[in-house]
Amino acid sequence: MKALSPIAAVLAVLAVVPLIVHSNVILNFLVVALMIALAGQGWNILGGYGGQYSFGHAAFFGTGAYVTAILQMRYGVNAWLGFAAGIASGAALGGAIGALTFRSGLRGSYFALVTLAFAEVLRIVASVAPITGAGVGTLITLDISARAFQFQSRAVFYWVILALVGVSLVVTRLIERSRFGAWLMAVRENEDAAAALGVDVSRVKSAAMVISGAMTAASGCFYAQYFLFVDSGIAYGTWISIEALLTPIIGGVGTLFGPLLGALVVRSLGELAKLVAGDAPGLDLIIYGAVLVAVIWFSPRGLIGGAVQAHKRLLRRLSPGTSCAGEIGRG
Amino acid sequence: MAEPLLSVDRVTRRFGGLLAVDGASLTAEEGRITALIGPNGAGKTTLFSIISGFIEASEGSIRYAGEDITGESPHRLARRGIARTFQIVQPFIGLSVRENILVGAHLRHRTRDSALAAAEQVGREVGLNELLDRPADTLTVAGRKRLELARALAIEPKLLLLDEVLAGLNPSEIRDIVPVIRSLCARGITIVMIEHVMQAVMSLAERVFVLAEGRVIAEGTPAQIATNPVVIEAYLGHGAAAKLGASNGQ
Amino acid sequence: MLSPVILVPAILNGLLTGAIYALVALGLTLIYGVLHIINFAHGALLSAALFAAFFAYRVLGLDPYVAVFLNAPLFFALGYALQRFIIGPASRGDDRNMLLVTLGIAVVIENALLYAFHADTRTINVGYAFETINFGIAFLAVPRVVGFIAVFLVAFALWLIMTFTDTGRAIRAVAREKLGAQLAGIDVAHIYAITFGIGTACVAVAACLLIPTYYVNPHVGNAFVLVAFTIVVLGGMGSVPGAVIGAFLIGIVESLSGLFLGESLGQIGIFVIFIVVLLVRPSGLFGERA
Repeated sequence: MKALSPIAAVLAVLAVVPLIVHSNVILNFLVVALMIALAGQGWNILGGYGGQYSFGHAAFFGTGAYVTAILQMRYGVNAWLGFAAGIASGAALGGAIGALTFRSGLRGSYFALVTLAFAEVLRIVASVAPITGAGVGTLITLDISARAFQFQSRAVFYWVILALVGVSLVVTRLIERSRFGAWLMAVRENEDAAAALGVDVSRVKSAAMVISGAMTAASGCFYAQYFLFVDSGIAYGTWISIEALLTPIIGGVGTLFGPLLGALVVRSLGELAKLVAGDAPGLDLIIYGAVLVAVIWFSPRGLIGGAVQAHKRLLRRLSPGTSCAGEIGRG
Repeated sequence: MAEPLLSVDRVTRRFGGLLAVDGASLTAEEGRITALIGPNGAGKTTLFSIISGFIEASEGSIRYAGEDITGESPHRLARRGIARTFQIVQPFIGLSVRENILVGAHLRHRTRDSALAAAEQVGREVGLNELLDRPADTLTVAGRKRLELARALAIEPKLLLLDEVLAGLNPSEIRDIVPVIRSLCARGITIVMIEHVMQAVMSLAERVFVLAEGRVIAEGTPAQIATNPVVIEAYLGHGAAAKLGASNGQ
Repeated sequence: MLSPVILVPAILNGLLTGAIYALVALGLTLIYGVLHIINFAHGALLSAALFAAFFAYRVLGLDPYVAVFLNAPLFFALGYALQRFIIGPASRGDDRNMLLVTLGIAVVIENALLYAFHADTRTINVGYAFETINFGIAFLAVPRVVGFIAVFLVAFALWLIMTFTDTGRAIRAVAREKLGAQLAGIDVAHIYAITFGIGTACVAVAACLLIPTYYVNPHVGNAFVLVAFTIVVLGGMGSVPGAVIGAFLIGIVESLSGLFLGESLGQIGIFVIFIVVLLVRPSGLFGERA
């Protein structure tokens, strides 16, 4: 329980916001930021903790969004069930892609490429398949009621997405402190050494992908309920693949709050850019790309990781009894 | 006599046209220290990689604890109780020393608390107790070697394959780590070590196999190996044995 | 559907398209072979090169086949600078970082084009764009035939450079054994940058060859380059003959599957091949083991 208290604190602070802030613009901004944070939390499990960098997480986001939208619109399924089904589909897709790619031993750049390819295939299929509405997309009928998972007040949406982010934070924390997490991080650091210690590398990676897929799919399901419209460019477009990886990297790969912090920072930058230079397409992504390069260049562990490192370095310099021997082995 | 814990039977490994290991056979008696020595490039590490499942043998078989383990994957072998260290140490750089050992401990301990306790104990046994919370990348070479050993021990192996664990250590560091190795053997762990540091081989090993150009050219006690002309020639070149014999006044 | 009258031109056109793919893939495989990274910015650079060719025509009045002599050195310099001053320093040799940095650059370039020029598709109208040459068995468009010939010329020129110049030898040395090359006094950072520059120049040439019959918008490069990735993986990362043969194969496959399945599904065919190759034989036809 002690391990979860930071999460409770952060959630408590964030939960209070809609009670103080009533501006719809700000609430909307926060809702979207939290949604992106959730997608990033998913990426972080596979990429940050597992070291497998996916460039196609849109595959999970889009699947979540489409599954929930299609089940509601074409099969009359209840919105909440649809949401759950969307998450399950994301998990299943993660398992499928993981089984295919990790059993083949794909790593590094090849893994990034194959995830990119999967996302693209899904995008193309979604843009022509009748079931998704092809080029026109799928519209979810407006039906403002709790039963239909649509709410009049933005505050309610805010609390829903906050709850989802909260769940993802708890899951991440539990993973961090579990055997699975220790094995996952070992795989990230050195697969051969991990295997020599009894870790079933491909199974661990696949499991990470299932969890990762489920989380990011949840983000997609939420998108569908909040915006009530999904098309192939929104669902499977590179924009979400980029944002899902950008937020953890900026916030801090492999840290608990990295994606959340990263999402707030990234989205704020985007809004700032719009304020300064107007609402032209592409501007926010230019900034995101530049920030990505800058973060990798100057603080590869992101904001949180960089702060932790600086803190440790400061401590070491301040503590008198540090032996030199410890420093000799460095590098 | 009981079956040896490990039997490597005529293992061969080809890489394209290169014969890295050529019909090599060796055995390791349970609870004893066996050494594998030989000139550089003899194929020793390749043989270790085959035994520990990282490379497949082109021919031959391997038996461990009475079962055929040829071709099994590294993580399965680790679960059976075979641990190996790597010649070029491979710590988990982003993690602390304690977290490094924890990964190994988790193989036998499911919960974090019991695994942490086990990791702490192993860390103490290997002499790393002062350094447990340091990042692994701040360790000296000697520290990293100990960490490599600690991680391998954490999986509670029956068979420990040490690949040049003494390489890069100065004489006093070697003097410090040899008793640790001996105490592991006293605990009942079977050890096979690849080593170049002859003083350690002589004092630790009970049986020595000599590998040259992929083939086992001699086996015996350390004393026998030291005076074996075939071994001397493998290290010092053709005719060296005769020259040494002549200079020794024979 | 299967009559030679339809099949043969489809195959020939596939070969012609394949030639352009080969040029793009060549740049990519060269960069991989030497720097050992997958250049995710390749597609964005192609888009930029297409815009450069477009503006060379609109603003400077240069025919694409003339503009190539301006754009190729320009993009060589751009590629050199990108690697030397951004990618190299930012990634500090770490593969994962390099992936992300090239991705970041791709995003910046593509969206800068989007922001500056908007998403509208543009084309240029050169007189010879729709002229065809009668080869008896098929009528083939002039620009595509010119493109085909040009690619071979460029490939030949590259081969000459790689085999007979000091720089080319240095590049091959670095590709083989970076540490050894460094010890022999080769400035690896410079060679990396030159290789990246050559790869980017290839893309610029491809753009000039494409623009008479193709269209220009910020997203075009990406579509193209995913095909180039497929080719490079199919032919083998780092293998030049692999890239060329793979390109022709893919060109033909694309042409035929477009014929039988229609445009969109034809594209999926390529990705399916891509995924299958990555899963089954990632080293490709000619490449080193992945």
